[in-house]
Amino acid sequence: MKPNLLEIHDLAIRFHTENGNVDAVRRVSLSLKEGGSLAIVGESGSGKSVTALALTRLLPSPPAEYVGGRIVFEGQDILTMSKPALRKIRGGGIAYVFQEPGTSLNPVFTIRSQIAEGIRLHRPEVRDVDAEVVRWLTAVGIRDPEARMRDYPHQLSGGMQQRVMIAMALSCRPKLLVADEPTTALDVTIQAQILAELRRLKEEFAMALILITHNFGIIRGLCDRVAVMYRGEIVEYGETESVLKNPQHAYTKALIACVPRLGSNEKRLQTIDYAWEAAAAK
Amino acid sequence: MIASPNTIPLSPLDAGSRDTPLRRVARRFFRNPVAVVCCAVIAIFFSVAIVAGFLSLANLPMPYQPNATNLSRKLLPPNATNWLGTDNLGRDVLSRMVAGSTISLTVGFVAMAVSLGIGIVVGAVSGYFGGWVDNVLMRMVDAILCFPSFFLILTAIAILGPNIWIIIGVIGLVSWTGTARLVRAEFLTLRESEYVRAARALGQRGPKIIFRHILPNAFAPIFVTAVISIPDAILIESGLSFLSFGVPPPQATWGNIIADGKTYILDAWWLIVFPGLAIFIAALAFYMAGDALRRAADTRSL
Repeated sequence: MKPNLLEIHDLAIRFHTENGNVDAVRRVSLSLKEGGSLAIVGESGSGKSVTALALTRLLPSPPAEYVGGRIVFEGQDILTMSKPALRKIRGGGIAYVFQEPGTSLNPVFTIRSQIAEGIRLHRPEVRDVDAEVVRWLTAVGIRDPEARMRDYPHQLSGGMQQRVMIAMALSCRPKLLVADEPTTALDVTIQAQILAELRRLKEEFAMALILITHNFGIIRGLCDRVAVMYRGEIVEYGETESVLKNPQHAYTKALIACVPRLGSNEKRLQTIDYAWEAAAAK
Repeated sequence: MIASPNTIPLSPLDAGSRDTPLRRVARRFFRNPVAVVCCAVIAIFFSVAIVAGFLSLANLPMPYQPNATNLSRKLLPPNATNWLGTDNLGRDVLSRMVAGSTISLTVGFVAMAVSLGIGIVVGAVSGYFGGWVDNVLMRMVDAILCFPSFFLILTAIAILGPNIWIIIGVIGLVSWTGTARLVRAEFLTLRESEYVRAARALGQRGPKIIFRHILPNAFAPIFVTAVISIPDAILIESGLSFLSFGVPPPQATWGNIIADGKTYILDAWWLIVFPGLAIFIAALAFYMAGDALRRAADTRSL
């Protein structure tokens, strides 16, 4: 049996704000095997992005405070790690793809120099950086990579930019890729392409994947397990298929019901009815 | 009417590879006729200043020795031999102005470099790290801004003595606060940008993020303040010279030619008007070039 690549035990994160403290994440425990895949699903403000950023301590503190729990990546505790060790993990161990590809790329540099930056940081042994850049642009399905790598971000379409972001992340050869709503800013046809690309690349490079989304519709076939987050807590956690077919928690049921189905005769889109919460409180 | 497909301009993507952000700014800058004129004026001043610098090093006339007195030819109005007239000691005003241009532009540029260097470092550190570091540095800026800068400079020079390098240093040390505030404000915004977060997520180090990712994006406003701080320094130096706190005589500067000439203001207008014009034109050219640059670099005004 493979060892766990990532284990999160009882993670709690608090934000200190001027209007008092906010417990963004409470009692979150997750685990992920090498090459495994996990979806974290939840609505805005449920703490899914905070959890993802906490994996490499990317939340600025203050205001964030890691109140308790442990994050163990390859046997090392992230929360107590020294900064130089942490920088090795960032990118090299755990790489990110963020939501907005247009703003995640630095506008004043070419694609080439931005991908090369990660390669130089984490793989100093690579001699021919340009060839490596071309290789990864090809891997994410960008045509004519030799020409495209001399482009600036604004010269590419949103879908191409997100592919570049993925190439940037992958070129550091991470063990775990965290995709934080990677398709939210893209239109639907490009969404499908990017998701298919992620699925293929995950298999090809035997990489673990954490996909963060608010959309239950996109995780099937991409993630083996799913964690549903609500108000900073995990309310349901299990195999994707069984959660989708047989959701246990009322919130999960409500969230799944929100995904519109093609061909259904509903006049209105489903929204989440928070009545269950009042019922649960009683 | 439907436009034929042939009239639709081709996408600029093919030409795009050479379309660096810097080139776009330069292209828009030079499309502005005012900017071109200002650059030409600045270029002329520069060539004169550089040539004069070498001539004075070699002790050669420009067109006459700037400090050679000739009492038989004193206070002459502009004429064929002395194009801009002579002063009360019979020195050629044109030669003295040419010699003074080296001083003025040196002061302008070196003082700008000093204030820019300090301003960028203080502003970058303040804006990037925030917290108490930011607080301490910005209160320091406030404290310096509390003093009227011209009197601070006067006091410093009265104590340290009027030497051109001391004057440059003092002007630079007093005028970095604006740049620091500007750089800090830019950094506060850019620090929260997605690509800075992406760079941190990639494991990049703090100093590298500052200099590689944030600073190049803040270059446009920094460059504009740099250009605009040049005439500020030139004006301060002229003011100091006028009050005889500037570069000591007999070295000519635009300010002290006016200072020497002010006694004869009713009899010898040329002693005031020509160096005054030189200061005015140089300062105006830099200010307007700075303004044109600001417009060219402002992506919102596309």
